Amino acid sequence: MNNVPAAKTPLIALHRITRIYGHGETEVRALDGVNLKINKGEFVAIMGPSGSGKSTAMNVIGCLDSPTGGQYLFDGVEVADLTQDQRALLRRHYLGFVFQGYNLLARTSALQNVELPLIYKGLLRAEREAAAHEALEKVGLAHRALHDPSELSGGQQQRVAIARALAGKPKVILADEPTGNLDTKRSAEIMEVLQHLNRTEGLTIIMVTHEEAMAQYADRLIWMVDGRIERDTPTQRAA
Amino acid sequence: MIWETIKLAVQAIFRNAMRSFLTVLGIVIGVAAVIAMVTVGQGSTEQVTTDVEKLGSNVLMVLPGQDAMEGGPASTAYSLFSIRDNDAVQDQLSVVDIAAPLSIARSRAVFSNENRRTDIVGTDNRYFQAAGWELARGRFFETAEIQSGKPVCILGETVRSELFGYADPIGETIRIKTLSCKVIGLLQSKGASTFGSDQDDFVIMPIKTFHRRIAGNADVSTIYVSVREGVSTDRAKEEIETLMREIRRIGRGEDDDFTVMDMKQIATMLSGITDILTGLLSAVAAVSLLVGGIGIMNIMLVSVTERTREIGIRLAVGAQARQVLTQFLVEAIVLSLIGGLIGIVVGLALALIGANMLSIPFTPDPKIIVLAFAFSAAVGVIFGYFPARRAARLNPIDALRHE
Ligand SMILES: Nc1ncnc2c1ncn2[C@@H]1O[C@H](COP(=O)(O)OP(=O)(O)OP(=O)(O)O)[C@@H](O)[C@H]1O
Ligand SMILES: [Mg+2]
Repeated sequence: MNNVPAAKTPLIALHRITRIYGHGETEVRALDGVNLKINKGEFVAIMGPSGSGKSTAMNVIGCLDSPTGGQYLFDGVEVADLTQDQRALLRRHYLGFVFQGYNLLARTSALQNVELPLIYKGLLRAEREAAAHEALEKVGLAHRALHDPSELSGGQQQRVAIARALAGKPKVILADEPTGNLDTKRSAEIMEVLQHLNRTEGLTIIMVTHEEAMAQYADRLIWMVDGRIERDTPTQRAA
Repeated sequence: MIWETIKLAVQAIFRNAMRSFLTVLGIVIGVAAVIAMVTVGQGSTEQVTTDVEKLGSNVLMVLPGQDAMEGGPASTAYSLFSIRDNDAVQDQLSVVDIAAPLSIARSRAVFSNENRRTDIVGTDNRYFQAAGWELARGRFFETAEIQSGKPVCILGETVRSELFGYADPIGETIRIKTLSCKVIGLLQSKGASTFGSDQDDFVIMPIKTFHRRIAGNADVSTIYVSVREGVSTDRAKEEIETLMREIRRIGRGEDDDFTVMDMKQIATMLSGITDILTGLLSAVAAVSLLVGGIGIMNIMLVSVTERTREIGIRLAVGAQARQVLTQFLVEAIVLSLIGGLIGIVVGLALALIGANMLSIPFTPDPKIIVLAFAFSAAVGVIFGYFPARRAARLNPIDALRHE
């Protein structure tokens, strides 16, 4: 994956990105000058100690948060120049997000949760349901389609969140600890789904994880410490 | 997309059934209270007007003074009338059918151990005719009794029942001040007037008897006139005014020291009282509206956290702020419409029941219905929409992290 010609625009390009919370004494530099280029079709794992800024980086990349400083180009376009609505369209058509805390709609069935992005993509009801079912099947939850999040285990909720990110067939999946609540077997299954999508459909995947084993499914491993990228290396698998 | 948005909104309503229910309830209470109370208030106003009109649209009252319209008894600074004034009105004006003199005093009527403070009225048989009083028992006055001022009297039903219970009053003697007075007749009850005053609470005696034995003067406090059929009260009023000015020697440019009131004026004066009632009811209703509104506000604000996160989720999966807001707006409108419609139905039903119980007409006022509905709907929409608007302007991540 590192043999891409230099002239080609990276899909994601962060240049000296900072994200600072608070002011003065209580100031926290969650991102402290992050430079990062990710090309289309890459499968990137981000690791690092808790509080090192992994989620913050994902939120910025996912256009859910605005950086305090620096430049973020998505497919060559300066994201800061986009209007709020244009960023929404970017999320709608290009990005699928798996949150660390799932963020499912309460009192709404798994199926309807997964359908949510498809509503905004303008799919018809029948298409939506078919696509949502398919996504739930991929994460092994088709039999729980009509259950509300409150009736699902943490791991099951996490899989609904993954299905929701997959359902819209985005170009980029941003997954913040997608297997944090899953057992080894389930985790492996999910990673295989992601890997498959990455290989066959050229889906770009950026994944935060605490588990070395999960990181090995990726081609590239980024190690973050204190809001900076400390290491950026191909994984053993890629190498 | 708008159809999708409506479906989303309806889904959200059912998903949050409890919140939706409470919101609707707040609107129902507000709308229903206002409609019920104002409708009942207006019904009683209308009742007053029709009642007064029933009294006789051909009745005029000549009262001393100019401030009678301002309510309360005429100022005593004005000189009262005399029997001669009354007879002049009766005899000189062809527009007048009947003119009856009335003199009134408050006093105690006593029979054996019972007594009642009541209106003692001095007049003659013309008054019964002009005001449409009928006998329940006994007889009216005889000419001799009127002319020589005999101690005889006719009772209103209230006085009879207070003094005599179930016994027959005819032929008995009651005492008023120093006067012992034989009961010769009993009037048929007219019941309470719309304003609650008891129309049957009086004792009537020949005016001469009243002057000599009760008042000690020969004043007439009111001339009660019924206008000849086919003559407009306005014309009769004018003629009476001209005559009275002559009799009372009021020069050109001088103000009248008497008032001729027709029933329309009396009705306005009295409906002033029910206006106060309507105002009171409206105030109570406004409070209910406010309470309902605060209820809605509370529910909306309490759910702001959850809703803000919902908005964050929707934004994160690619909704535009505008789409989310339309959904919330539609949701608020749908709830307000449902609440408003139920409120109108409940309010009208309550008003109908109230109107039946108080036996007043049921007169719903579209203005009030629209007003109550609009206010509640506005509250629902404002408190459903504005927190949502704030949330939709946040970065999605801030909306998601909202606590
Ligand atoms: N909304 C916020 N307000 C203030 N500080 C924040 C906020 N969000 C994150 N931080 C701080 O920014 C730093 C990075 O947080 P972040 O969530 O990106 O860490 P992380 O690497 O994802 O950690 P974990 O592995 O525990 O999920 C932390 O020190 C955190 O306290
Ligand atoms: Mg994190």
